[in-house]
Amino acid sequence: MSALTREETEALIQEVLEVYPEKAKKDRAKHLAVNDQTVEQSKKCITSNRKSLPGVMTIRGCAYAGSKGVVWGPIKDMIHISHGPVGCGQYSRAGRRNYYVGVTGVNTFGTMNFTSDFQEKDIVFGGDKKLAKLIGEIETLFPLHKGISVQSECPIGLIGDDIEAVSKKAAKEIEKPIVPVRCEGFRGVSQSLGHHIANDAVRDWVLDKRDGANFESTPYDVSIIGDYNIGGDAWASRILLEEMGLRVVAQWSGDGTIAEMELTPKVKLNLLHCYRSMNYISRHMEEKYGIPWLEYNFFGPTKIAESLRAIAAHFDDKIKEGAEKVIAKYQPMMQAVIDKYKPRLQGKTVMLYVGGLRPRHVIGAYEDLGMEVIGTGYEFAHGDDYDRTIKEMGNATLLYDDVTGFELEEFVRRMKPDLVGSGIKEKYVFQKMGIPLRQMHSWDYSGPYHGYDGFAIFARDMDMAISNPCWSKQTPPWQKQPETEELKKAA
Amino acid sequence: MANIMVRKDAAGAYSFYLPKRDLEDAIVKMEFDSAEKWGGEIRLNNGGAYYIEPQAAPARFPISLRAKRLDAAE
Ligand code: SF4
Repeated sequence: MSALTREETEALIQEVLEVYPEKAKKDRAKHLAVNDQTVEQSKKCITSNRKSLPGVMTIRGCAYAGSKGVVWGPIKDMIHISHGPVGCGQYSRAGRRNYYVGVTGVNTFGTMNFTSDFQEKDIVFGGDKKLAKLIGEIETLFPLHKGISVQSECPIGLIGDDIEAVSKKAAKEIEKPIVPVRCEGFRGVSQSLGHHIANDAVRDWVLDKRDGANFESTPYDVSIIGDYNIGGDAWASRILLEEMGLRVVAQWSGDGTIAEMELTPKVKLNLLHCYRSMNYISRHMEEKYGIPWLEYNFFGPTKIAESLRAIAAHFDDKIKEGAEKVIAKYQPMMQAVIDKYKPRLQGKTVMLYVGGLRPRHVIGAYEDLGMEVIGTGYEFAHGDDYDRTIKEMGNATLLYDDVTGFELEEFVRRMKPDLVGSGIKEKYVFQKMGIPLRQMHSWDYSGPYHGYDGFAIFARDMDMAISNPCWSKQTPPWQKQPETEELKKAA
Repeated sequence: MANIMVRKDAAGAYSFYLPKRDLEDAIVKMEFDSAEKWGGEIRLNNGGAYYIEPQAAPARFPISLRAKRLDAAE
């Protein structure tokens, strides 16, 4: 049941808002909108990046999650200390599936959890001593690490510890970089500020460390920025760039290293995949080093071809030919994938609710499969994200910002999509409703989804979810007829 | 006073970025836009207005500047 008219979609929003008290209703109404492609500026129709309403179920994370979980965590040869109580790091440990090569615990540390495990006495007397001791222990136990980042959890800012001083002192002692990051969870309205803080920390403590150092560059040096190698995404992207003749100097930050970050200012072009989490550092490099940046999209063959050409346009004919060769080489493979899955998926509808870049970037991949995205929304987008989304989405489709648990459930119930793409917290609610859900944060334990190789997997996964015969046989627990219960008891 | 960044795209249009609030917008009007005198009052697409101390046009973009807020939208 796609293609609601504009009026119907508007009416739907009104109905869903009906349950809220007056004030909450007014606030939430600003975050829900019917897409109108003629609108140039998203802020005319949708408000974003505001504090979530108290009392509703929001799906957002905290600034610490944005810094430790997203930006810093995947840098594999550094040790990231979750500074504060044990829970923040432990419950989010390795959940994002940022793949990397290396021997964990020896020269890479991605899936490990390092924490200062704050206790009451650390809150009362301060944790600086503990941090210094911890850094010493790390140096003894894991001598091959290339640096440390101190990711502050809420209490650090509350008790006023001076992690910068400790870091500077310890960095001299162990002669490796130590980066204090002020990403306490209470800062900002969502994980988005954590990304920004993390970017600023990279700028202030890492980026300029090899300025003026010798580096044998080529005219084809690029970096991949904002690809977290979830399920191998960055690898599937990197091979395409290399095949067309570019040299990838750095990967930020999936499967990345601190050395790569330090060398990034030497590249000729920054390729930015996740705009939301790493546009800050790209802007900085543009200003300071004069490196242009380009947003690209490696989801689905149409967008990949567009992006490869756009990237090639920044280089000479050799690269342009290379791009055409890559596109031609994979075209038959992609056609085979589409021929196989499109007949099964044609006309199916999808609703998305994720973060970062996906609510707009994956639309093209669904369209390549003949599917239609009828609703999309971001957890923590800003106005510029919606500016970019409006153009990608069809007219009269639904946009929801920082949607609440209730609203999303209600929208899905009424719009009856064939598939929902969202997170683990939403997964079981919808599956019990009989609607398949793919977890689109870390690709539901699958992936990669970027690049040509990724598209084949993406298509297979979507087909597996939708064509599974179990959905029609499902009655949600809250719709079970009471009689059957009684019959069971009687039997 | 706020720290802002001004960019110039390939077509020569200016855009405005306010890192503190992560606000990006097009600059629709700039009071002075010549090599010797550049800046002054700038108007954003969202209706906001800022004031950049008039100066010689920067040789390179993007550039970070201090600007005074005259009239913020929202
Ligand atoms: S909000 Fe604070 S306590 Fe909660 S996970 Fe984030 S840093 Fe930890």
